[in-house]
Amino acid sequence: MDYGPSERPAGATPLPTAIKILIAGGFGVGKTTMVGAVSETRPLRTEEVLTESGVGIDDLSGVEGKTTTTVAMDFGRITISDDLVLYLFGTPGQDRFWFVWDELALGALGAVVLADTRRLADCFPSIDYFEGRGTPFVVAVNCFEGARRYRLDEVQAALNLDPGVPVLLCDARQRESSKEVLITLMEHAMKTRDARRRAAAAD
Amino acid sequence: MTVQGEPAEQQWVDDHAGPVVRPYAVTRGRARPVTGTFDLISLVTATRADVTPEVGLGPEHLAIVGLCQRVQSVAEIAAHLDLPVGTIRVLLGDLVARNLVQVREPRTTAGLPDNSVFEAVINGLRAL
Repeated sequence: MDYGPSERPAGATPLPTAIKILIAGGFGVGKTTMVGAVSETRPLRTEEVLTESGVGIDDLSGVEGKTTTTVAMDFGRITISDDLVLYLFGTPGQDRFWFVWDELALGALGAVVLADTRRLADCFPSIDYFEGRGTPFVVAVNCFEGARRYRLDEVQAALNLDPGVPVLLCDARQRESSKEVLITLMEHAMKTRDARRRAAAAD
Repeated sequence: MTVQGEPAEQQWVDDHAGPVVRPYAVTRGRARPVTGTFDLISLVTATRADVTPEVGLGPEHLAIVGLCQRVQSVAEIAAHLDLPVGTIRVLLGDLVARNLVQVREPRTTAGLPDNSVFEAVINGLRAL
């Protein structure tokens, strides 16, 4: 989009491009913890104020008779290079905020679905959402203290995942572990994209 | 602050509206920006080192220009000013219309970007 001339002197550094990765999963599964583990700043929180009807998320007109809801999203930032900034967004937990997810998922490079084996069903809606939308995702099982360890193939079977979807263990509190999850996601997203291009070319 | 006897559509929002009232006041009742769409990760930078108060600009506008001396996303601006994203979009529209900020929209086309982007992200993550 062209916003017209700026008054910044010619030759100034062009603005970087922003990209994003989503961190999804059930309530309390460690989404914000993972964002904080890799972000260069402490996780920030942003809010969208919505009317209950959910039509047009920014539209405050006619708000007088309606109940309003605030959807909070936690996010962090990683400066990849001078021309690339990565944002990590924790998705809002409640299923009824799918239209916020739609905005978040648009243009996302991929998604991490965090799972807790004590409440595995909590991540089903996230998996369904990303499968339906075609967003590349990996499932990262956050290893909580005291949770029974399952084998990764057991988790994969329990979630009825496509065999190509990576499933890995992680500790969302640890930077190295969370980095590994994100790197696995990026490698998976590249493979997904290549496979789609081959399929499109074969048609 | 419901006034009895008035038709429902003329009643002021009640206490449950919570965070609506202040954002609505900050934008002087406007729900949409005069220009631009402003994705959550659109990047914003100020075009000037500072701005003197002028008609039509409130303290929140000036705060955005101050904040955007360093490149910030729309989401970051909203978080730092503690205002909803919808409110920030309206204020940014005003600033764009006055050429006080420059905006870079993210890639929002469907489909995934080229390998170079993924490779840059992987290298950037490894370097953390």
